[in-house]
Amino acid sequence: MSFLTVKNINKSFGNTEVLRGIDFSLEKGEVVSIIGSSGSGKTTLLRCLNFLEIADVGEITVDGETVFKAERGQVFSDKELRDKRSRFGLVFQSFNLFPQYTALDNLTLAPRLRLDERAKREKMSAAQKREETAKIRARADELLEQVGLTEKAGFYPCQLSGGQQQRVAIARALMLSPDILCFDEPTSALDPELTGEVLRVIRSLKDSERTMIIVTHEMEFARHVSDKVIFMADGVIEEAGTPEEVFGNPQSEKTKAFLAHDK
Amino acid sequence: MALFWEVTVSLLKGFGTTCSIFGLTLVLALPLGLLISFGTMSKFRPIKAVFKTFVWIIRGVPLMLQLFVVFYVPGFVFGMPIASRFVATIIAFVINYACYFSEIYRAGIEAIPVGQTEAGEVLGMTKWQIFRKVIFMQVVKRIIPPMGNEIITLVKDTALARVIAVTEIIWRAEQFTSRALIWPLFYTAVFYLAFVGALTLLFGRAEKKLGYYKV
Repeated sequence: MSFLTVKNINKSFGNTEVLRGIDFSLEKGEVVSIIGSSGSGKTTLLRCLNFLEIADVGEITVDGETVFKAERGQVFSDKELRDKRSRFGLVFQSFNLFPQYTALDNLTLAPRLRLDERAKREKMSAAQKREETAKIRARADELLEQVGLTEKAGFYPCQLSGGQQQRVAIARALMLSPDILCFDEPTSALDPELTGEVLRVIRSLKDSERTMIIVTHEMEFARHVSDKVIFMADGVIEEAGTPEEVFGNPQSEKTKAFLAHDK
Repeated sequence: MALFWEVTVSLLKGFGTTCSIFGLTLVLALPLGLLISFGTMSKFRPIKAVFKTFVWIIRGVPLMLQLFVVFYVPGFVFGMPIASRFVATIIAFVINYACYFSEIYRAGIEAIPVGQTEAGEVLGMTKWQIFRKVIFMQVVKRIIPPMGNEIITLVKDTALARVIAVTEIIWRAEQFTSRALIWPLFYTAVFYLAFVGALTLLFGRAEKKLGYYKV
């Protein structure tokens, strides 16, 4: 049984079928890159995994637990969606940092709100809560260091470069230790000279515990960082395999055309 | 000189009433406007339609007419005269201004990129947490200039209360015309100008204070 199993995901917007039966699976600690031209459904797939969109058909299993199984006309409550999302993290193309908070507060906001809820539920003492808050702070410091932004902790997003903002966003996504971290074209909104720092950070996150799904147009990066590459076209997985297989010896005509065009 | 002080004291009393109408309207209409804006943005169509129609009617009819309606209709139609002219004024003003504010809130909220909400969602925040901790402060920053405009209009609109004989500053000044004194009426401008001047400075400071981040 794989760590993440995605079965037959379908999603339409009106009459447009964006995803038409997506199946794939990942082992724990694996990194998969999803490549393909614009409009192939890559981003929608990530959004379905993070429940920003609800798939019309399909099933998602994480670590043996079914987190999602589509039934027609299903509506999820806010709470159900929060539970489902807790296993996934998402880094956006446009960073989406909260502009009124410093880099550090961007990291700690959601965990602190979560702690407030827990403190109320478990009737925590003030000392206990202070201790938990300090833990959140320590974790944030640690992650900012990991993305190389310790000295920018007190800066607001508008005072940071695009690359720095995206590194803060990555650290923020890691705060809640998601099982599966998704990246939606993390460098597409950046100037070319800033993509390197972001890609280096993503590469440094690779370890045996962290499963990552990266939608990207950076072919060199996809080739070097991934354990698996998925090529999507017209809402289906056209080809999947190791980077050597997909980049070195593509089987499908569409993959060949896409890779040739990209060179 | 004695006359000047007599007029000044009388106008100050009236200005107190003016400030009460202004303050109470602001305090009540600001939160009510936010609630109405939620109504006009509701995804549930019937609710949206009801709120949109309400805002259309209130914004489409002169405030002066609304004052008459609130003051006279309960007594004439339902046989329950309204307690006081002042209360009628506050009711009419709060409803009217809440509708104008609601449109400012709506514009402010809709201008916030959907990515802000989505970022909160994937971080496991509740809808209410996202609104309170992420969206609202950005909305406040965006709407200070249009709000300032509307609030300054409110200062001067309080003069409309005169039509149901609320003893605000214009009403007081008019009392002197029976003694063939017209200048107290023009003198009221000084009070309005001073008040609006102070408000302008205040909004400028608020804008500056929120200038540390960009939305």
